[in-house]
Amino acid sequence: MPEIRNMTMNFGPQHPAAHGVLRLILEMDGEVIERADPHIGLLHRATEKLAESKPFNQSIGYMDRLDYVSMMCNEHAYVMAIEKLLGVTPPERAQYIRVMYAEITRILNHLMWLGAHGLDIGAMTVFLYCFREREDLMDCYEAVSGTRMHATYYRPGGVYRDLPSTMPKYEASKWHNQEEVDRLNENRQGSLLDFIESFTDRFPGCVDDYETLLTDNRIWKQRTVGIAEVTPERALNLGFTGPMLRGSGIEWDLRKKQPYDVYDQIDFDIPVGTNGDCYDRYLVRVEEMRQSNRIIKQCVDWLRKNPGTVMIDDHKLTPPSREEMKDDMESLIHHFKLFTEGYCVPEGEVYSAVEHPKGEFGIYLISDGANKPYRLKIRAPGFAHLSSMNEMVKGHMLADVVAVIGTQDIVFGEIDR
Amino acid sequence: MTESTASLKTKLEERFSNELIDCIVDRNQVTLVIPAEHIISVCKTLRDDDEFAFSQLSDLCGVDYSTYGQVDWATQETTATGFSRGRQNTLDDESDDDEQRKFAVVYHLLSLKHNIRLRLRCYLNEEPPRIASVTDIWNSANWFEREAFDLFGILFNGHPDLRRILTDYGFIGHPFRKDFPLEGNVEVRYDPDKQRVVYQPVTITNRVLVPRVIRDDNRYAAEEEEQSDA
Repeated sequence: MPEIRNMTMNFGPQHPAAHGVLRLILEMDGEVIERADPHIGLLHRATEKLAESKPFNQSIGYMDRLDYVSMMCNEHAYVMAIEKLLGVTPPERAQYIRVMYAEITRILNHLMWLGAHGLDIGAMTVFLYCFREREDLMDCYEAVSGTRMHATYYRPGGVYRDLPSTMPKYEASKWHNQEEVDRLNENRQGSLLDFIESFTDRFPGCVDDYETLLTDNRIWKQRTVGIAEVTPERALNLGFTGPMLRGSGIEWDLRKKQPYDVYDQIDFDIPVGTNGDCYDRYLVRVEEMRQSNRIIKQCVDWLRKNPGTVMIDDHKLTPPSREEMKDDMESLIHHFKLFTEGYCVPEGEVYSAVEHPKGEFGIYLISDGANKPYRLKIRAPGFAHLSSMNEMVKGHMLADVVAVIGTQDIVFGEIDR
Repeated sequence: MTESTASLKTKLEERFSNELIDCIVDRNQVTLVIPAEHIISVCKTLRDDDEFAFSQLSDLCGVDYSTYGQVDWATQETTATGFSRGRQNTLDDESDDDEQRKFAVVYHLLSLKHNIRLRLRCYLNEEPPRIASVTDIWNSANWFEREAFDLFGILFNGHPDLRRILTDYGFIGHPFRKDFPLEGNVEVRYDPDKQRVVYQPVTITNRVLVPRVIRDDNRYAAEEEEQSDA
């Protein structure tokens, strides 16, 4: 009689559901998974080592490229780490702008996650809907930083510039006639804040649309309910954070528990799951989008009422304005020193964590007093989540691997670093 | 120093009076330094004892302290000769061989119950650096330890599966050590004659555009004095 052996299967790295460059070695007993061994590192760029050879500010751009669907949240943690070492606090307006953009980023991330997760397990339409809303949020990024994704907008001591008073508008072309363009430009007549506000008014309806498509959908529930259940004890032990931890029923959100910037002055709720399966994590993330929308609304209100400076006025740390620089010798020197050498950060070490859309994103920064970090360690939430892959998929079918990759919200930029 | 960090410091000092090397509170963050041989017992206590309850290991990483405080450019001596000649190549500098504490493993613990974080550090002096694995205490340590092994060559005794994780299959060396060049040692390219991808020594050189300098800034010096007075 022939010997019956388990089959080893290679999943990825060029698989559309692998969300990037995940290579999984799956040991299969029929269609049931016995063991999963993720091979990562195909996107390893040694960001941490690169940062050691650059002045502090030049690494902010690298942070965008870590988790490339939630750019500003990565910057947030890095910038806060430098600020903690330097002992500076950004102006309140800058803190509100940061919080607002952190929440815009959370929605961006969750929309990307929802679309891709849906597409992976059989819901095409929701992907298109999600990308429609993402486009508007990308425009918010572009209006404030000039780029749609890799913004480099947060800086130690505040943010790069104040919110613009106009929104860029579409122009007629041979593909879009004037009438179409006018319709697209309808909510772009006012300032950026007006545009964001019109988005927040519209967005809860959009979330309702997604929920109509998915929440009570029989196929969606069959693919997610009871899949990859994680108990709260295991979730903690495996290092889960963010929606993965909250999906298992632990109410833990750094924005509430260890508030940074102005989160302690903002009213929002933390959604928590009960069963710790893919469906609960889906519900948690969808509710998080609604809560983020609430936070953005509050920030818009505050920002309208409180104009002011968005960067601390210490030119040892932040560059002087162009005008000042051309008028004033002292400013010219500051500018020159900042852009050739950077600033030196006092000796010490600090761990700063933010509630990133995927979980706890931490920056551990050691400075020996130089103008470059001595060691930078990035604590990526996805890294801990992916390491539990074996435990989560064990005993499930092959098709459920895709659901688990989706529910973990894997992005390789941050895992491989 | 807030109340919670202060009380954590006292508790730690009381409980680990035998093991402890140092307990530092800096920028409202507590760092506990312990010898590597006590890591398992200390971690068990930190997790299981109710007054600590560090139920989660947020992060674990290696640190190479061998070039700590070294700069590329000693400004005073070499200003006249210009930057390119003035830059000392720190990698060729073999003077740090007698440096005692070269590597460290840093653990970041989180207690959900007390809502507090703790940084735990062990200095490792041998070569190769060795320490016991904490995977049995916190399972999340598994990949973090593999990463520290891969990037720094730190060996974790008792780790179930200590393989490389981030670098290429068949990679040689530990890239995050300070003596590993930033541009690496080998590069890959497609060889049309052999019809496959081949490895070859790197053809690029590292150019340092901004030298590493430490400025003794008066503002921070004043702060430090105040702190030491207090």
